[in-house]
Amino acid sequence: MPLTPEDIAHVAMLARLGLSDEERSRYGAQLDAILEHMTRLNDVDTSPVGETAQVGELVNVWREDISQPSLSVERALANAPAREADFFRVGAIQE
Amino acid sequence: MSFTGGTVAASAAALREGGVSPQELLAEARAQFERVDAEVGAVLTQTWELAERQAADAQRRLREDPGAASPLCGIPVALKDVLCLEGVACTAGSRILEGFHPPYTGTAVQRLLDAGAVVIGKTNCDEFAMGSSTENSAYRPVRNPWDRSRVPGGSSGGSAAAVAAGMVPYSLGTDTGGSIRQPAALCGVVGFKPTYGRVSRYGLIAFASSLDQIGPFAHTVEDCALVYSAIAGHDPRDSTSSPTAVEDPMETLRGGIAGMRLGVPHEYFGEGLEPGVRRAVEEALRVLEGMGATLDEVSLPSTGAALSTYYIIAPAECSSNLARYDGIRFGMRKEHDALLQMYLDTRGCGFGAEVKRRIMLGTYALSSGYYDAYYRKAQKVRTVIAEEFAAAFERVDALVCATSPTVAFPLAAREDPLSMYLCDVLTLPVNLAGLPGVSLPCGMADGLPVGLQVIAPRFQDARALRVAHAYEQATGWHRARSPLVEATA
Repeated sequence: MPLTPEDIAHVAMLARLGLSDEERSRYGAQLDAILEHMTRLNDVDTSPVGETAQVGELVNVWREDISQPSLSVERALANAPAREADFFRVGAIQE
Repeated sequence: MSFTGGTVAASAAALREGGVSPQELLAEARAQFERVDAEVGAVLTQTWELAERQAADAQRRLREDPGAASPLCGIPVALKDVLCLEGVACTAGSRILEGFHPPYTGTAVQRLLDAGAVVIGKTNCDEFAMGSSTENSAYRPVRNPWDRSRVPGGSSGGSAAAVAAGMVPYSLGTDTGGSIRQPAALCGVVGFKPTYGRVSRYGLIAFASSLDQIGPFAHTVEDCALVYSAIAGHDPRDSTSSPTAVEDPMETLRGGIAGMRLGVPHEYFGEGLEPGVRRAVEEALRVLEGMGATLDEVSLPSTGAALSTYYIIAPAECSSNLARYDGIRFGMRKEHDALLQMYLDTRGCGFGAEVKRRIMLGTYALSSGYYDAYYRKAQKVRTVIAEEFAAAFERVDALVCATSPTVAFPLAAREDPLSMYLCDVLTLPVNLAGLPGVSLPCGMADGLPVGLQVIAPRFQDARALRVAHAYEQATGWHRARSPLVEATA
């Protein structure tokens, strides 16, 4: 089932990607081709198995809840595109 | 005597015998960089001042206690530009991180610094390590030192090319679906992806966290083993880092392969394999047999679904990991009064085409209504693929096959995304199962290097290196150098 222009717009908004009209139509066609290839997943019988979220055998890696040195405010803000006092500066969140 | 194009081991020996100083090795690296990198494009950020200080420090350490110094002490290295080094620009090959200076150093890099490494720069790569040709770098493509009209592979193409062009004897890359092994194969060097969990990912800019692993490029398997020994081991800062003890690969490296059972996965010798690659790999199998190994054909029946599995799981994880590039805390921002529009503009402008494509694919696979059909299904197929490897390893000690189905291809030859994805068809199953894999030179086809891949069970990194070393020493393909390296070996 090919992706509709609405599907592409919806996914782009979920991903917070501003796309041009040309990009939307190009990605639509390319994702269709890629997803067509993905039907090969159905060639594998997965009824007897569970999902693999990670290949390590580790479970519930904990550490003691003790405070440790971390980045100073200055170093944490050093890469900010915009700052105000000791904060990251952003535009209005509410319309 | 020139060390350009030489090995870590040779430089380390010469440093101890007084035949060369770290400063002289650095000067040679810089001279070679200046001679060839304009046509290769391997390095994005140069760190010569830092390197000079590190070389002086290494000189002091080697003079004071040469026995205690690491084999890597005083030896130049280049780092893929997804690995954080405090204060040095780190772009991940992306415009969205232009100007970013990491406030901390990642664990693998820190372990090299602790060993006395001399860092000459950060290497070019596909944007956020997504690609198989390094053409997705937002800055410039990397060219293959063997033929500058061809790609070096990717995504760690700069790290592979820097070694193949003789700028450094070793480098670090990262491998999510083949991004160390495939460029190693295409550039005629050795590349090693350790077992998932062996090398800490702390300070590695994440692409797909359940698949990413850091590893070395070098001219020999021994050099890769030396680097692996320096960077492997538990790190409390990476919760997926394994606490199990790392065996010393140097202890078994020269053990040979007589009596070993090697598996040949027949699905890996399908029609996509170029005839020249097939010829070189089949010849390598005969060499391994001649050294006393038993070859057994094995089957990994779900191999045909591995590409689909990978291209659901990796983009899904990438869509989540790359949500952090929001124009607020670091990297570029496209200013707009409204926050949502600022996100859309920043991410729309900051990311390149392949990254956006994968974010779209991953977001779609995780979105309501499609999650079960794509993401959950892919995670189950991942289980099947891992179980098939495990079953094969009940019969054989290691698997041997080609690394890449093709030799290096011309730039701009693979505009279609799916044709590019097929580059990793022989390497990405290894990431899905978390296994260690080595690629090493095993011949030439049409004047271009061919890579042999050795795959071992989880945490049998030393065994993978042992098989690779045995083959390498029996043949000598590792002594071949690209035309950019004057004959030194």
